[in-house]
Amino acid sequence: MLILRKFARDIPALIGLVIVVVVVIVAVVGPWLAPYPKDAYASHLLQRLKPPSSAFPFGTDNLGRDMLSRVILGARGALEVALIVVGVAAAIGVPLGLVAGYRGGWVSESIMRVTDVFLALPQLILALALAQLMTPSLESAMIALALTYWPYFTRLVFAETRRLQSALFVDALRGIGAGDARILFLHILPNAMSPIIVRATIGMGFTILVAAVLGFLGMGATPPQPDWGLTISESRSYLPGAWWYSIFPGLAILVTVLGFNMLGDGLRDLVDPRLRRSR
Amino acid sequence: MMGEATARVPIVELRDVTVLLGGRKGWLRKSVPPVRAVGGVSLSVQQGDILGLVGESGCGKTTLGRTLLGLQRETAGDIRLDGAPVGKLPPKAARRRRNDIHYVHQDAGAALDPWWSIGRTLDEGLRIQGGTAVARRRARVDEILDAVGLDPTTRRRYPHELSGGQLRRVALARILLLRPRFVILDEPTSGLDMSVQATVLNLLLDLRQRFGLTYLFISHDLSVVKRFCDRVAIMYLGRIVELASAADIFAEPRHPYTRALLAAVPRLEGNTRKVEPIEGEPPSAARLPPGCVFSGRCPHAVAECREREPELQAEDGHAVACWRWRDTLEERPAAPPLTGASNEREYAASLAK
Amino acid sequence: MSVASPILAVRGLKLSIRTDEGIARILDHIDFALQPGHILGIVGESGCGKSTLIRAVLGILPLGATVEAGDIDFAGEKLLRLPERELSRRIRGSRIGFVPQDPYLALNPVFKIGRQVLEIMRWHAPGRGAAQHRERLIGLLRRVHLPDAEAALDRYPHQFSGGQRQRLLIAAALACGPELVIADEPTTALDVTTQQQILALLRELTEEFGLSMLFVTHDLGVVAELCDETCVIYAGQTVESGPTRELLDAPKHPYTRALLACHPDRSDSFIGIPGSVPSPLRAAPGCRFAPRCAEARPACTMRPPHLDTLIEGRRVDCVLYDELESVVA
Repeated sequence: MLILRKFARDIPALIGLVIVVVVVIVAVVGPWLAPYPKDAYASHLLQRLKPPSSAFPFGTDNLGRDMLSRVILGARGALEVALIVVGVAAAIGVPLGLVAGYRGGWVSESIMRVTDVFLALPQLILALALAQLMTPSLESAMIALALTYWPYFTRLVFAETRRLQSALFVDALRGIGAGDARILFLHILPNAMSPIIVRATIGMGFTILVAAVLGFLGMGATPPQPDWGLTISESRSYLPGAWWYSIFPGLAILVTVLGFNMLGDGLRDLVDPRLRRSR
Repeated sequence: MMGEATARVPIVELRDVTVLLGGRKGWLRKSVPPVRAVGGVSLSVQQGDILGLVGESGCGKTTLGRTLLGLQRETAGDIRLDGAPVGKLPPKAARRRRNDIHYVHQDAGAALDPWWSIGRTLDEGLRIQGGTAVARRRARVDEILDAVGLDPTTRRRYPHELSGGQLRRVALARILLLRPRFVILDEPTSGLDMSVQATVLNLLLDLRQRFGLTYLFISHDLSVVKRFCDRVAIMYLGRIVELASAADIFAEPRHPYTRALLAAVPRLEGNTRKVEPIEGEPPSAARLPPGCVFSGRCPHAVAECREREPELQAEDGHAVACWRWRDTLEERPAAPPLTGASNEREYAASLAK
Repeated sequence: MSVASPILAVRGLKLSIRTDEGIARILDHIDFALQPGHILGIVGESGCGKSTLIRAVLGILPLGATVEAGDIDFAGEKLLRLPERELSRRIRGSRIGFVPQDPYLALNPVFKIGRQVLEIMRWHAPGRGAAQHRERLIGLLRRVHLPDAEAALDRYPHQFSGGQRQRLLIAAALACGPELVIADEPTTALDVTTQQQILALLRELTEEFGLSMLFVTHDLGVVAELCDETCVIYAGQTVESGPTRELLDAPKHPYTRALLACHPDRSDSFIGIPGSVPSPLRAAPGCRFAPRCAEARPACTMRPPHLDTLIEGRRVDCVLYDELESVVA
C-alpha cells in the first residue's frame, strides 16, 4: 500500500515504529516476559547489588530485586501514564481549540489567553508546582501532567480550525446547509487530525520523560513501584559502584522517548489525505 | 419578440443590490472604508434561461453570486425568489429560505473534503436535508451519478484521485441531489482543457433540460459565454455596464468596455486588426472614481463621464450604462463577430459523431 | 528556406520520472528547433509534459527524473551534459531568462522586489557596481511599463496586481541580458485585457532586444497572435510543428485538427475530443493519440514513435503522412 511504501523509505520513522512496538509489547506481556515477575515487590537481601550476570542480565538493586524484571515491568507504568496523560490532555485541549477557532469573539479570546499563560511556563515547573499541592503519587503526577499538557493541543487545534474554516469545502458545506456542529466535528476535526496525532505521539515520549523526572524527584511514583524515574532516584546512593542500577532504567527512558519522537516525526509526513486510496 | 411580454414572474430578481465588504470603524484601530464590491445591480432571470455574468477579476461577479446564494449578506437592495422577497437575512437563514438556489464552485476539487470519499460527500447532502432512508439515498446517489456521467465506482474514490472534469461532475451531482431550481455556476470551464470543456458544457445543457434548471453562468471566457448563454451581463467594478441577449452583445457591443473585452480575446486569425490594448488596469475597488466606473480607462471619456455615473438604460432589449455609446459606435469599428474557417467546420462536424 | 543555426534545438528528448506509483514516462519524443529572433509556441493541453520540458531545458528537473535519450542544444552548448554549477552560473538567469506561470507564487513575499531582483543581477554580474545594476533595473521596469519604477523597488509583491507582477517578472527575466527567454504560460492566470497588454509587450521586447522566445501555452489564439512558429505536443510526443499561420490554416496531424475544431473561432457548438489523455504511468508504444484518433490504423501503435516527416516546411509525426514526400528519420 502506498502508505507503507512511503513509510518504509523513512528509516528513522521505521526505527521509531519498531521501538514503540517493542515497548508496547513489553508493557503488555511484561509479567510473562520478566524472568522474576514477583520482583516488582519482593525482596531478596542476599542478592543485593549484584552486577549483571547470566542469572541477572541487568544486575540487582539494593533490595536484591532483578533489574531486568523491574525495567520490563516499569514499561507498563510508563505507557499507562503516557496514554492517560495524553488522552486526558487531548480530551480537554482539542474541543477547546475547536471552539476557540471556530467562533471569534470573547470566548475565543479568553480561551486563548488562558492557553497562552500555560504555554508561557515550562511544563516541568508547572507540573511540579501542581504536584506539590497534592500528595505525591503517580495519580497526582498524571493529573498535574495532563493539566499542563492540554494547552499544546489547544493552540494547535485553534490554528488548524482557523485555517480550515475559511477553506472552500467548508464554504461549500455551508452552501448546502450543513450546521456548525456537523462542520466542526465531522469535517474540520478530521482534517486537523494529522497535527494532533503527531503531537500526541511526540507527547507520549515527552510525558514519559517528565513523569520520570517527577518520579525521580519523589513527586510521582512511590516505592516499591518499578517506575523508571523512581529507580534512578533510588540508585543515587549506590553510584558509581552499582552503575547498572541507574544505567538500565536510564537507557529504557532514552530509547522509549527517542522511539516516540522518531515515530512522531515520521507520521508528520505520512498523514496526508492524498495517500488515501479507494479500495 | 415584442417588448411587452406577458409579465412572467422571474425566478430570481435583484433590484438595486449593493454589497459593501470590509470596513472597520476605528476604535483602537485605524478606520478602513468598506469596499463596494457590488453597486446597485439589477437583474432578473426567467425560469429555464441561462444568464451569463462576465467580467474580469475584481469586478464583483463572485461576490454577486455569493450574495444571491445567501452566504454574503447584501448591504442594500431587494432579492426576490419567484417574486417573494428573500433578502436581508443572515447566511444561515438565507440559505434555508433560498434552498432552491445552489452554487458550484470554480475550484471543484477544493470544494470537497479531502478526507471524505465521494460517495460519503454526496450522501451528506441528503442527510442534511433529512427524511430519507439509507437505501433510498443510495439509489438517489446512483441515479444522479449516472445523470452526470460518472461511474458508480466513483463513490469509493477520493477527490485527489479524480481529474478536473470529473470533479466538476461530482460538484454538480452534489447539488443536483438537493433538487435545485436555480444553479449558480462559478467559472465552470476555467482550468479545463478546450477538449474537455465541451463535455462539461454539453452536460450542463443536458441537465438543464432534464431537471428544468435555470443557470447563472459566471465566467470571464467570452467565447464560451457567447455559445452557452441566452443573455449576458457585463460587469465592471461592481456595476453592470451592459445587458442584452448573447447574440446582440456579440454582434453589436455597445459599451466601450465590452468592446475592449471582445477585442482582447486572442483570435486564431492572429492580430490582423492591430487593435491597441486598452491602457492600465482597473482601479482598486476601495477607491472608486466618481462618475462612470470605467471613465479612468475609457478612450472616449469626457468630463460628464467622470462626474455622473450612468444608469443602465435599455433600448429594444439591449441595455447599456454609458452616456456616449451612440457616439462611440462611429468612432471605432465594432469588434468583428467570431467566425470560423469553413473547412474546419466540416472536420468538426465529422468529429461530432 | 535556408535554415540558420537554431539557437535552441531539442532532439529526440525522452524523459521519465520515478514516482511512488511507478515510472512515469512523461516525455517520449520531443523534437523542435527555435530560430534566433523568433518566437516559438509550445502548445499542449494539461498533462502533455510542457512544464517538464521547460524544466529539462533549464536543468531544474525534480529528483527521480532521468533523461533517457536526446539532446538539448543551446547556442552550441549541450545543456544536458553541463554540470549544475555551470548551468546556474552561466546559463540560467544570464543567458536564458525565465518568466514563470503564476505571478502570485513566483516572488518571495517577505522581501522587497528591488532586493530580490538586484540580488539576481549581482550574482550574475558581480563586477558591476550596485548603482549600475539599480539604474539598469529601473530602466527595465520603465520599459515594461511598470508605473512608478523607482518607488516600485521598495515595495513588496503583494502591493502589486497580477499584471504588474508579471511585468516585473518579465523585467527580472531580462535583467541579465539573456539571448533566450522561456515563458511558461505567463498569461494563463491573467485577465484577458491584461493578457493582451502582456502579449503586446512581449512582442515589442523580442524585437527591441533581439530575443528568441520559447512560449509555452495551451491557448491556440495566443499562439496565433504571438508566435512565429508552433510546436504541438500531445502526451509527451511532438505531433506537429511549423510556421504558425500555416499550421493553423492547414493542420495536418489529426490531433492538431481535432484541437482546432474545438476552438470557438471554428465552431459554434461544443466540440470536444472524446476520451482522455493517457497516463504516463501506463504509456503504450507508438503514437499516444491513437486511442482517440478518428483516423487511427493498426500501424499507429506499432511504428516507432518518431519517424518525422517533413512536408512543405512542416514536421508531422503521423502514419498518415509517412508515404508522402521526404522522410527525415
